[in-house]
Formats: sequence, structure tokens, C-alpha cells
Amino acid sequence: MAEITVTVNGRAHTESVEPRLLLSDFLRHRLGLTGTHVGCEHGVCGSCTVLVDGRAVRSCLTLAIQVDGREVATVESLASIDGLHPLQESFKKNFALQCGFCTPGILMAVCDFVGRRTDPSREEIAEMLSGHLCRCTGYTSIIEAIYEFSRHDAGGGAT
Amino acid sequence: MKPAPFDYQRPATVEEAAKILAQSAGGKVLAGGQSLIPLLNLRLSFPELLVDINRIPDLDYIVEDAGVVRVGALVRQSTFGDSFLVQSKVPLAAQGVSHVGHYVTRNQGTVAGSLAHSDSRGELPVALVALGGSVSVVSEEGQRDIEAADLFVTDFTTSISETEIIVESSWPVGGSEWGFAFSEFALRHGDYALAMIAVAIHVVDGVVDQATIVAGSVADRPLFLEEASRHLLGRRPDEDVFSSCREAAVAAVDPADDIHATGEYKQHLMGVLVDAALRSAWKDSTGEAHG
Ligand code: FES
Ligand code: FES
Repeated sequence: MAEITVTVNGRAHTESVEPRLLLSDFLRHRLGLTGTHVGCEHGVCGSCTVLVDGRAVRSCLTLAIQVDGREVATVESLASIDGLHPLQESFKKNFALQCGFCTPGILMAVCDFVGRRTDPSREEIAEMLSGHLCRCTGYTSIIEAIYEFSRHDAGGGAT
Repeated sequence: MKPAPFDYQRPATVEEAAKILAQSAGGKVLAGGQSLIPLLNLRLSFPELLVDINRIPDLDYIVEDAGVVRVGALVRQSTFGDSFLVQSKVPLAAQGVSHVGHYVTRNQGTVAGSLAHSDSRGELPVALVALGGSVSVVSEEGQRDIEAADLFVTDFTTSISETEIIVESSWPVGGSEWGFAFSEFALRHGDYALAMIAVAIHVVDGVVDQATIVAGSVADRPLFLEEASRHLLGRRPDEDVFSSCREAAVAAVDPADDIHATGEYKQHLMGVLVDAALRSAWKDSTGEAHG
């Protein structure tokens, strides 16, 4: 066991972890942040995507012990007491989710993506989305939601 | 699934990492983890110890030096692909890395890790062999360089020993008289390619005087297509040259059937990809935009 301190959505947490504990399980089981979903646990589905120091990563392919001293942002960081984040609003408006299983991972990937690609084309958005499996929507509405958000809120990221 | 238990160490220097690896039997280097952690999660690999090199300073650089672009072991695939230096000086590698994994996995996965993993379906090993690059590895005994041609032994096996760590990869720079192209075919973007091709040609006065065609995904490691490459030498590529290269490439590979495609289909793909890549490399060498 090793003691780690991680800042998650602005709050510091100190926990004892086994080296083999995945960041996805740390977030869900230790911190109760179940917004981060787990689909495949080998990097394929994208539903576990979170931000570590502002960069989107697969939390199922990251050990909790690796983020000792780092800042993590999960989907829970997006909405505030005043309402949804503009990216979430865009998903709602464009019917970009049905069951919502894939949504948290996509939202967090987009927070990174729009910060690094100015005015992405639909093709670039589709290329980015190839790392996220959605079994419901058929992707078209997700592409539209991201496209619209990227035009209105280019600097929008997790808070 | 979850990984089996292992010990974890996070050395602060390369020397310390080398020492830990020398003392442990069966320690594994953890860099980006995008290939290693899936293997742990699936319990296909049970290392006793992970040596996490992510906090070692000074391994995160991309610099041009004496005709090569040197890339530190902690450079992420996304940083590598987005780097203007890489795009302008080693465009073949920039094209190759865009096919590696997905947007998010490239944020973590490293260039060196992809080489060390030696997956026969990996793009970066194919690009490194095509460019004649190399890696530098360090152990307690010191540092040595390994040429790309000697690095990839077979699937998931390199000539790097268990006590050595890659500290840098070197990517030779091509001038304006070079033409490069990378092309591959995968069932879905980001999936493993059924076949891939990297081409590097050097053209003097409209005639090819150096040519390297390397195939990936169709053998247990990057495959230099010697015969097909030879068909280009001393020639100004025309339809005859393209078709003889294509035939030689098809004849040189014997890919196995799998659930995605028959070997015969992959062989056919090889011809299609060689044709497309050669035309695009030729255009690139004549200064026209990529086809
Ligand atoms: S659970 Fe992490 S990518 Fe699927
Ligand atoms: S909304 Fe159901 S998986 Fe995407």
C-alpha cells in the first residue's frame, strides 16, 4: 500500500492504495464519483475518459498511484449549481445522448480536444470520436453537438 | 478485469531506473501504459514490478541534431504528431503516428513505448524501419544504440534486454529531394490495420536513387520489401514501374488468415497500398501536395 494525494475536481484527497488499483476504480469506489463509466477496461470504449492535468486520458489505463500529486477532473466537474456546462447543453439540445453510458467519457475528451483544435471540422471530430463507442445514437448527433459547441465556446473546458 | 498484484517504483533518474531493473528479475518499464496496462488488465502479463519512468525529468524533448530528430522516451504520441518539427522534418512518422490508437490514448502513449512494444501491427516500428532510424537504450552497463533493422525481432519481442530502458529514438531527416508516404487500411479508424505500407524514396534529376518500401501487419515484424524497392532504382517512376513494384510487393508477403480477412485479401491490399503510397511518395518528392 502507498499513500497518494490527488486533487479531484478541485478537492484534495489522501488515500492509501494498492499499486494495481486503476484510476477508474479509485474514482468510482473510493471517491464515489460514479459519473466516470467503465465499459471495457482495456482502452477501447472511451467511457472512462477523464482529465489529468488538463489532458484527456483513459482512467482504466492509468494507475491511481500514477496520479499522485496530479489534478484530475471528471464529468462531475462540468455542471455547476447554476446549471449545465455549455457542452452538456449542446448535447441536450442536439439529442446527442440516449442511455448516456458513453457520454461522460466523450464530454471529457471534448474538453481537451476543443482546447487544442481550433474550429475542428466534422471529419476531425469524427476522427476523435473513433475512440469512443456509442451503442445508441449513431454518432451524427454527437458530432453536431461537438461542432456547435466548438463554434460557440472554443475555450470551454472543465472548471 | 483487474491487474494481478505487483510492486511499484518511481525512480527519479534514468540511472536509478536502470539500477532497479538490474536488481529485479522480471521488472517492466511503465511509460504511457497504453499497451502495457491493457495486458495487465487482461492478465496476459504478470510482471512482479513496474518501474514507472514518468517522473524522470529530461526525457520529454524533440530536437533536431545532425540530420536526425531526437525524441526523448517520454514524448507522447500526440505531442510527436502535433510537433511542427516532426511534421516538417519527418513527415512519414507524423503520418504514421496519426493512425496509432485514438485521440485520447495518444495523449498518454509514448513514441518509445510503441517501439518497445514491437506489435507487428504498430505504425511507428514500420516508420522507423523505413527511415533507417534507431533507439538508444541505457542499462547499468551503459548506453548503446540499436538500429531499427536490428530492433524488432518478432511480435512483442525486441533486441532490448529486460534490464535496458529506451531513453531516446532517432528519426533521420529527409530533405526536399526525398518523397515519403504512409498508407494503411483498417476496418474502422483506429483499429489495427489489415495492412500498411511506408515508402521513402530519394530522387536525383528525376530518377530514384534510393528506395525503401516497408510493410506492416503482414508478418511478425516490419518487413523490408527488398525486391519491390529495387524495381524503383535508377528509374523515373511510370506505370510500368508502379506495376512491377506492386507485383513484387504482393509476391513478397504471405499473410495469415484471421477473423477479419483472408491472407489472400491482405495480399491484394498490399498491392493496392503499395501503388497508392508510391504515387503519393513520388508526388511528394516532386514537391506536389500529398495525393
Ligand atoms: S473502460 Fe476505459 S476505455 Fe473502456
Ligand atoms: S448514448 Fe447510449 S451508449 Fe452512447
